[in-house]
Parts: sequence; C-alpha cells; structure tokens
Amino acid sequence: MSTNVRPRVAVFKMASCDGCQLQFLDAERALLELAGAIEIVNFAEASSRLEPGPYDITLVEGSVSTPEQEDQIRQIRRESNVVITIGACATSGGVQALRNATGKHDEFVRTVYPTPEYVRSLDDSHPISDYVTVDLQLTGCPVDRGQLLGAVGSLLSGAMPRVSDSPVCVECKRRGFVCVVVAKGEPCLGPVTRTGCGALCPGFGRGCYGCFGPAQPSNNTDALGRRFIELGLTGKDAADRFRFITGWAPPFREAADALEREEAAP
Amino acid sequence: MTHRSVEVPVIARVEGEGALHVAVDDGEITDLRLEIYEPPRFFEAFLAGRAFHEVPDIVPRICGICPVAYQMSAVHGLERLFGVQVPEGTHELRRLLYCGEWIESHVLHIFLLAAPDFLGFANAIEMATEHPELVKRALEIKRIGNDLMAAIGGREIHPVSPRVGGFSKAPRKRDLEPFLPRLEWALEEMPGIADFVTSLPAPSFARPAEMVSMVNDSEYPITVGDMASTNGRRWDATTYERVTHEVHVEHSNALHSLMSDTGTAYFLGPLARINLNASLLTPVAREVAERAGLRVPETDPFFSMAARAAEVTLAIEESIRIIEGYRPPEPPMVEPEPRAGSATWTTEAPRGTLYHRYEVDEDGTILEAKIIPPTSQNLRHMEEDLRRFLPDVLDRPDDELTRLCEMVVRNYDPCISCATHFLRLEIERT
Repeated sequence: MSTNVRPRVAVFKMASCDGCQLQFLDAERALLELAGAIEIVNFAEASSRLEPGPYDITLVEGSVSTPEQEDQIRQIRRESNVVITIGACATSGGVQALRNATGKHDEFVRTVYPTPEYVRSLDDSHPISDYVTVDLQLTGCPVDRGQLLGAVGSLLSGAMPRVSDSPVCVECKRRGFVCVVVAKGEPCLGPVTRTGCGALCPGFGRGCYGCFGPAQPSNNTDALGRRFIELGLTGKDAADRFRFITGWAPPFREAADALEREEAAP
Repeated sequence: MTHRSVEVPVIARVEGEGALHVAVDDGEITDLRLEIYEPPRFFEAFLAGRAFHEVPDIVPRICGICPVAYQMSAVHGLERLFGVQVPEGTHELRRLLYCGEWIESHVLHIFLLAAPDFLGFANAIEMATEHPELVKRALEIKRIGNDLMAAIGGREIHPVSPRVGGFSKAPRKRDLEPFLPRLEWALEEMPGIADFVTSLPAPSFARPAEMVSMVNDSEYPITVGDMASTNGRRWDATTYERVTHEVHVEHSNALHSLMSDTGTAYFLGPLARINLNASLLTPVAREVAERAGLRVPETDPFFSMAARAAEVTLAIEESIRIIEGYRPPEPPMVEPEPRAGSATWTTEAPRGTLYHRYEVDEDGTILEAKIIPPTSQNLRHMEEDLRRFLPDVLDRPDDELTRLCEMVVRNYDPCISCATHFLRLEIERT
C-alpha cells in the first residue's frame, strides 16, 4: 500500500442486520476524518458510487446464506488485497445460523413461505472463512466501533492489527463489576466469551450472552455448562445459552451438543 | 415499438439489499419490480422453541438501525400477556430510549441517505465538502441520539438492558442530566435544518394514499396506542392480522401487505404519523413542520423528509421533558411469571408501525412468532408510487430517471434488512 495514494476501501454486506457497517456511519466525527485518509470506493449503504475492484482493504459484514453469495465472496476475495470480516454473522454465521443445528432448512422454507419455490437459500448460514482466506476477523454483535476504526488505522500505518482474545471475565474484574453468577446466580457466558464489549452485560446487571464469540483458550465450556446445570437450568436451557448469537462457532456448538447429549442420555 | 428499461441493480443508500427493474414499451410501463434479494434469515422459525426472556436479545438482530423498535414491540406484547405491572417510570424510560432511536435513524436518513440525492452528491462525505458545517451539526445531533441509546441500553446497536419486566439496570438521574444542554443546543438547530430540508429541490407528487399509524389520546404515539387510518379505519394489535394480510410475490424475499377488505396498499411512517397525530406534535416540532411547508392532510411522499425533521424535533423535546422529570424505576425490573397465550403489540418504529405476535406456552417457551415490519407493509405502496410517478418523467435521460426512481423509493427510508425477516411460520409442535 503506497503512503501517497489513499487506499481504496470497500464495504460489502451478506446476510446480516446492517449493524456492523452502521458502526462506520455511527463514527460520525471520525467518519469525516477517516474519509480524508481512505477512499471509500464501494459501500452501497452509504454511497451511490459503486466502483469495481481491485480494493486495498475490504470489510465484509454478514454470513454466506445463498448460492449467489458463495460466488460473490470468492469474487470479492480475488479483488481484495486485505479481507476483514466484521461481526458475528461474518465470523461465525450469526444468529441466523441457529437454523443450522436443526437440519430442517427445507421445512423452514416450506412452512414459512407461502410459495417456497420463490426462495433461494442455502441449508446453512456460513461464516466467510468457510469459503475464502480471511486476513483479520473482528467479532461482536455488533462489532466494536473502537476495534473497527483501530483496525483500519493500523492497516493504514502498515501494521496487521491485533485484537485481544481474553475472556469477558478479565474485563469484568478490571472494571470492578460484581460477578452476576456469584451475586445473583445468573448464567453468564463471560468466562468463555472474548471481550470487546467492555463487559457490557455484567455492567448492566445481567449475564453475558456471547456476542463476541469464544475466547482463547476455549476449553472452559464444559465446566461452565456444568455450572449452568448447578444453577438450576435444564440441559436444553443450558445448551441454548451456548446456541445463541455466536452459537455456530465450534467451541460453543460443541458445548451445546454435549449438554443436549447428556440430557438425552438415560 | 420503442423499448426502454431502467435497471438499478443495487439500490444504494438504503438499509439492506434491493434492486429495481422497470420496462417501458411505447410509453407504457409493462413491468415494474422492486426486487428484494436480501436473503431470508428465518427469525420467526428459530424463535420457536426459545425462552421468552431471550426474545429481546434475538429480535433486535433483525435490524441494526432500529433494534429498539424490535425490543419494544416484543417486551410490551409479552408483558401484556403475562399481566406484568412494570415499575413506575418504565414507560418514560422506554420512550426516552426510543426517542434516541428516532433521532439517530431519522438524522441518518435525512443527511446520510436522502439529502445527497437532491444535491447531486454520491454520498454524505462528498456533500460535507460543500456543506461542512451543516453536515457536522447534523452528525452531532445524530450522535446525541446514539449516546442516549448507549446511556440507557449500554450500546446503541443492540442494547442490552431492555428486558421483559423492565430494564436490567436503569440509569441514574446524573447519567442523563448531561444530555440536557446538548439537547437544548440540538433543539435550537432544528429550525435551520428544517430550512435546509425545505430548500432541497424535491419533485411535487400529488397522489391519494391511505395512511396508517398508531394513535394515542395523550401523547404522540411511540410505544402505546391503537391503530388508525386516514380512511377512517380503527383497530388494534389483537386484530392486526385480520385487518391487513400479506401476499408473497415472486420477485421479493419480503411479503407485501394489503388491507384485507379492499385489497389495497397503505402507507406507514413519519408522514402518516403526523397526518394522524398532528395535534399531539410538541411546540417546536409543530413550528418545524410548518417551516418545512408540511400542513396536514398531506399525502405527497416527498414530504417524508420534512416529517422526519419534525419528528426529530419532537424526540428532542420529549427527551428534555423526560430527563427533567426523570426518577429511576425502582426496582429496575420485575420478574415476569409466564402464562400461555398470544402476545401481540405494535410500536412506531422510525419507518412506521412494527407488529409482533408470539404464541407462548405456560412455561414461557415461544411456540410461534409473527413479525410484520413497516418496510414490508410499505413495499406495495412504493411500487405504486413508481407506477404513478414514472409516466411524467419518462422523457428524462437514463441517469436522471434512475436517480428519480431511487428517490421515490428512498422517501420510505426502506429497511430491507427488516423487511426480509417477516416470514410466516405455521405452528410447529413436535
């Protein structure tokens, strides 16, 4: 990336709520400054000028959910120097990946749409990395605005950004929040979820529900599942805690499967 | 025979993914399709089987621009079914949170999505090079809306504190008081913004329309009210699916809504709300509407932007009133006792009425969900607008015609991400 020429940046959307790309527009003051440092050449939600590739930096929101999107994401990868996936949908399939575990996609379409043959949709909702190499993943539902702008800033100065993958628990202790599991007996995914939100939910008196996906290391899910059962949750309820906003991320998926298997066992 | 087509493969500056195809033969529109190719995400399907308390964390994910609307329609409906008496002050705090969303969403639309069209810019960043102060002030007002949402909800996109039964935590008075000088400043800015909106060279487009909105005797409707239309209909959330019905068209992953008895389209949103609730506008909001030339009855959809400016003003005035009289709900929430039955509610999302219905069993498990967002209800009206508007402008060059078509669509501030998620799910009991 030359320092003299403003890098060409594109923002694309797959299956999603628009919330992660909205973090750009919500940057307000920073938006106009950022516009001086980069050239936004393809960002349909913000601009009617849509230029073809190649792109220096491409941000992708949303999960791959239709046959057309399978082709589109490969095309985007070919035209992009750096691909950053932003948010829970792009990095783990999103809340719409809750259909994946059911194996009932066709039934969903049939019972849900009056005329199923009009609908084209894949059985599963996929993270972008199921199809192409991704250079950086920024998780979160939505992605954190500070992380997003920080990552673009790092790339502009020629460095690959680094994102913390330590658990929400660490952030909670740092901020001095009362532990909702200990104080209220409330189920909380904080021990196994990566920080990025600033331990938002415990700070607001409730349990974490996993927006930023699995932390590293992610081997505490079994113990946490057992703790949920001790708190009085059924196996199904405990499994549903993992099978949620980032439930298709492998560590959470496996934890949910294990809890359901245990409940089904005689 | 002369054939001409207008193809807008990606409608820019709308939320979500749509395309427009128009075919004209010998001056007659022979085909017109507003294609919604935003993929379905099956929210109603996977809501079935989830616990009621998870609903306010799931449904905001339908739309990053109006998450609070989804949370509010859901929690009110479930609370009514469960017979929950929420703590005193909850209604006002929810209204304040929702005002933050109206401010954020409407200012986003006026300045970042719509205004660039009228002035011939591709986007707001380009517009800012010629109108730097105006764009900066508008972005600051938008930021106030976002900050209000974050102060109450923890974050502006997908807030975490709204629960069935109240809030997981309520802000202290001193968390909200710093907003007062910012809101007072914003209120002073609004007449100038109304003048800017009025100065935009909008086409004039007279058309009859049945406008639909919630109505309320005591306050401009946001979270509470019955339904009414400018044709004299009255109904409420419990009969919503009888009064209106949906049809599936091949070119759209979003269903279209029509009035059941007449089979006609209807028009929701800020302009409809003002038409049906003009007497409830707050003082400066009324002044802003008048300054922008908006006098009811008014059915020209190009007045939607003026209506949004008036509603931003109303949301600012309401925010000031609520913060001045604010006392935190104590406790912030009550623990709901689930009951079996049907939970229905409507609230006024920035783009219009958002209807939810949940069938719930005695444990509080969701058996069936039905969500009818405002954009899907407006889709048929948008197509009709295009059919009526286009014949008068067919002599324009292609690029201008395309831009005009996009402007007609953008009057509705369509949120296609929302519209694609309302899917009908038959009760699935296994």
